[in-house]
Amino acid sequence: MIRRCWILLIVLALLTPLGMLAEGTAWGEWGADDLTAVVGYVPQGIEQADSWWKAVFPDYSLKFIGEGEAAGKIGYLLSAGIGAGLIYLLMTVYTRLVVGRRTLPVPEKKG
Amino acid sequence: MHIPDGYLSPSTCLTLGAVMLPVWYRASAVVKKSLDVARIPFMAMGAVFAFLIMMFNVPIPDGTTAHAVGSVLIAIVLGPWAAVVAVSVALFIQALVFGDGGMLAFGVNAFNMAVIMPFTGYYMYRLAAGRAAGGSLRAVVAAGIGGYVGLNLAALAAAIEFGIQPLLFTAADGTPLYCPYGLSVAIPAMMTAHLLVAGFVEAAVTALVVKYVWKTAPEVAAPNGNEK
Repeated sequence: MIRRCWILLIVLALLTPLGMLAEGTAWGEWGADDLTAVVGYVPQGIEQADSWWKAVFPDYSLKFIGEGEAAGKIGYLLSAGIGAGLIYLLMTVYTRLVVGRRTLPVPEKKG
Repeated sequence: MHIPDGYLSPSTCLTLGAVMLPVWYRASAVVKKSLDVARIPFMAMGAVFAFLIMMFNVPIPDGTTAHAVGSVLIAIVLGPWAAVVAVSVALFIQALVFGDGGMLAFGVNAFNMAVIMPFTGYYMYRLAAGRAAGGSLRAVVAAGIGGYVGLNLAALAAAIEFGIQPLLFTAADGTPLYCPYGLSVAIPAMMTAHLLVAGFVEAAVTALVVKYVWKTAPEVAAPNGNEK
């Protein structure tokens, strides 16, 4: 049964490029450029915050793959895998630290 | 619903970040005490599921997008405190690695999606499911209702956090320092997106996956989704 739940997650990860089909940005998540277009100016706080934290792969895009639609989709798919792996790892470390060193059942495979 | 940095004042972020510290502490204590070993891998899988489902942006008629979160699903299967931890970890990686949600606003986003959402959705589910057995039609429908309510209350919290910014924080010339939209714009915008579209996606995802878990791994799901 744990295997079937992993299959569900892997299928979900493979389908993530479908999540890019919707055009536009979520409300309140505009970048500085979008804001200039929408409100006509960039509030000071947003302008200052724009540069303080640089994510490794901003907006789930992997710049080293290149530009364009196909690269964007591949980058999104790889981001799904990278993020899933990191989260699984962090959760495993967390549960080992918090719940203790009890023997954990090892899942067969991970996505 | 991932509030980026700059949209909220540092004081708003620090306040809700400070609220989150005892919540995370309590969540860890409850998880340590009550989560049995067999369910531990499912907590990690729940976090991965939440991360992946949030990547499926759905179009909103006003030209924006929204997405489901998965918090209520985790709360029903593993308990709301486990959902606090799992969704917080997913949100942390989203902010750190992908810039989805601000690092300073991480506490706020966790408050909305990893606390308000799993708890309200979970208690809504309990109320709607009554004494129905896990996996029964009533429990599955109740899970969907829980997902719908939880997501919308999280969206409302985010809308309020956005909307109070121009009331509280303006530059000397009166222009907003942070989110430029007040409550009268933020609440309708966020609620239209989530009441009309994303809420139904969340309801469907919650109901279907909870049904799937009850069917394939009934020993994982808490009996009737209760306790823990």
